[in-house]
Amino acid sequence: MAKITLDQVRHSYLDHPESPDDWALKELDVVWSDGGAYALLGPSGCGKTTLLNVISGLLQPSHGRVLFDDRDVTNVPSEHREIAQVFQFPVVYDTMTVFDNRAFPLRNRGIPEAQVKSRVEEIARMLDLEAALGNRASGLTADGKQKISLGRGLVRSDVNVIMFDEPLTVIDPHLKWQLRSKLKELQQEVGATMIYVTHDQTEALTFADKVVVMLEGQVVQIGTPEELFDKPGHTFVGHFIGSPGMNLLPCEIIDGFPSFLGHKLDIAQAVDVPADATRMEIGVRPEFLHFDSKGLPVDIVRVDDVGRYRIVEVSHKSHAIKLVTPENVPIPEDKGHLAFDLTKTHVYADGWIIN
Amino acid sequence: MIDKTVNQRAWFLVLPVVVLVAFNALIPLMTVVNYSVQETFGNNVFFFEGVKWFEQILNSERFHASLLRQLSFTGIILLIEIPLGVAIALSMPKKGPWVSVCLVLMALPLLIPWNVVGAMWNIFALPDIGLLGRMINGMGFDYNFTQQPLAAWFTTVLMDVWHWTSLVVLLAYAGLSSIPDAYYQAARIDGASAWSVFRFIQLPKLKRVLTIAILLRFMDSFMIYTEPFVLTGGGPGNTTTFLSIDLVKIALGQFDLGPAAAMSLIYFLIILVMSWIFYTLMMRNEEQ
Repeated sequence: MAKITLDQVRHSYLDHPESPDDWALKELDVVWSDGGAYALLGPSGCGKTTLLNVISGLLQPSHGRVLFDDRDVTNVPSEHREIAQVFQFPVVYDTMTVFDNRAFPLRNRGIPEAQVKSRVEEIARMLDLEAALGNRASGLTADGKQKISLGRGLVRSDVNVIMFDEPLTVIDPHLKWQLRSKLKELQQEVGATMIYVTHDQTEALTFADKVVVMLEGQVVQIGTPEELFDKPGHTFVGHFIGSPGMNLLPCEIIDGFPSFLGHKLDIAQAVDVPADATRMEIGVRPEFLHFDSKGLPVDIVRVDDVGRYRIVEVSHKSHAIKLVTPENVPIPEDKGHLAFDLTKTHVYADGWIIN
Repeated sequence: MIDKTVNQRAWFLVLPVVVLVAFNALIPLMTVVNYSVQETFGNNVFFFEGVKWFEQILNSERFHASLLRQLSFTGIILLIEIPLGVAIALSMPKKGPWVSVCLVLMALPLLIPWNVVGAMWNIFALPDIGLLGRMINGMGFDYNFTQQPLAAWFTTVLMDVWHWTSLVVLLAYAGLSSIPDAYYQAARIDGASAWSVFRFIQLPKLKRVLTIAILLRFMDSFMIYTEPFVLTGGGPGNTTTFLSIDLVKIALGQFDLGPAAAMSLIYFLIILVMSWIFYTLMMRNEEQ
């Protein structure tokens, strides 16, 4: 177990990166605390896997250092970093049995056979997979193979961190949910630091204590699921997490308070506009808007009933706004007024939140 | 009444293939079957002889000897070419500009016609004027493939290894490059040694292509004719007379059409049966 520190890590797959776009990872300073359950969330191609490979040592970062506790491991090869990683597609050693597959990382390190046996059986019990241990791994389904990979990741008790790179991509939806909760349980049971890479917000939010959101090679926010929801640090977080995503409305700042097309919002705290800001926006989640007798006048465009709540699309001077209303709350007929939850309405300058 | 849903007219679509196969395989084969049960003294006069030629061939020591030579030759070249091909494929670069250079170099021997390969090696290995022959003799070995059986075998095997290992290399290389990176990464993280990576990842993943490689090399080498014919002419004596060389000697040298036809059929059946056995064994292994 260890705390993992990324110290000014940058990486480019090119030999001579020139433009900012050439960097797969742009200057990261992240500390992963010991025993934490982290999710690394971001769209495809944002650098999640690159970051993971930098931590596991499969990639050498172009710049910066990787520290496990206080030990600089930047130049230590993967096999000596004492980590485990589960890949997107199942990796099984076809000619071995399920048991031998799981035992492989232990045997390679010369651990006595009795200990190997007890450990493999313990992990099998945790994953509900005791029966199949003697079977050949090659005949299994994708689910079964991925469970082997998961088992191989979890089998070592001395690892610094266990990393999962979108491990449930190949799994059936109903099993996905099961395995995800299982992993969460295991994390609490084993107490190891785990980093779980995904582009699926549900997966990230259910697994993790802390979510690291990445965009275009940068970390845009690190926070608990509540923080990401209540106070997105970047418009991308607001848009990427939550369904539907956060509403973004252009605004100007008058005396420290935002004004959307003349409609002034008295948000909780006055904001200072950075001198170089070019684009100012109000961000508010659909959950933090409601109909009221007064407020922003809007036209109702459409109502979607999605079960326990309704998604209402309204417009104000051709700006579309979405809000979520519980089923028992009446919706005005054609026109209505919108009220903002002012403690959860934020102002963004060029995408970044202003406090 | 059940409606007849099978449309027999579809057979017309298969007809071209049937005709093609008939003309290039079945009809020639049937003439061979025809010869194999008859005797002729020329003038297009034939007498029916039953299975006499088959009995004669199966009991002939000459046939046994060339079959044994053939089996030894095929066994030796498989034992050399398969491991060597895999080893070369493993040491080839995975990416970069050298990949295409290596692939072209590897493909070159495969593009040379058989008789040219035979002629090249004949001259290359001649003890008095050939580069290889002079070199071996210069190193103090007494080497003359035109007179010494062992030297003739050595040269024939070397020639075949030079000509055909590339095929195994290319197949194995294709197999290796289809292994996803994640396997190597997982193995590194699991602390696997280079040998374990080969034993548990590369070799199992190569199994399919190696099955093909072994089958192709088995069939090809079992039918080898041109190269040893040009190189040694089957000699010295009969020491490199493999099955097909022997067959041509009987058919065209002695003009014994009946025994030659019987031998062709036996030869054909051996290849068919052995290929089938190879294939079944390897595929059964696959299913387990």
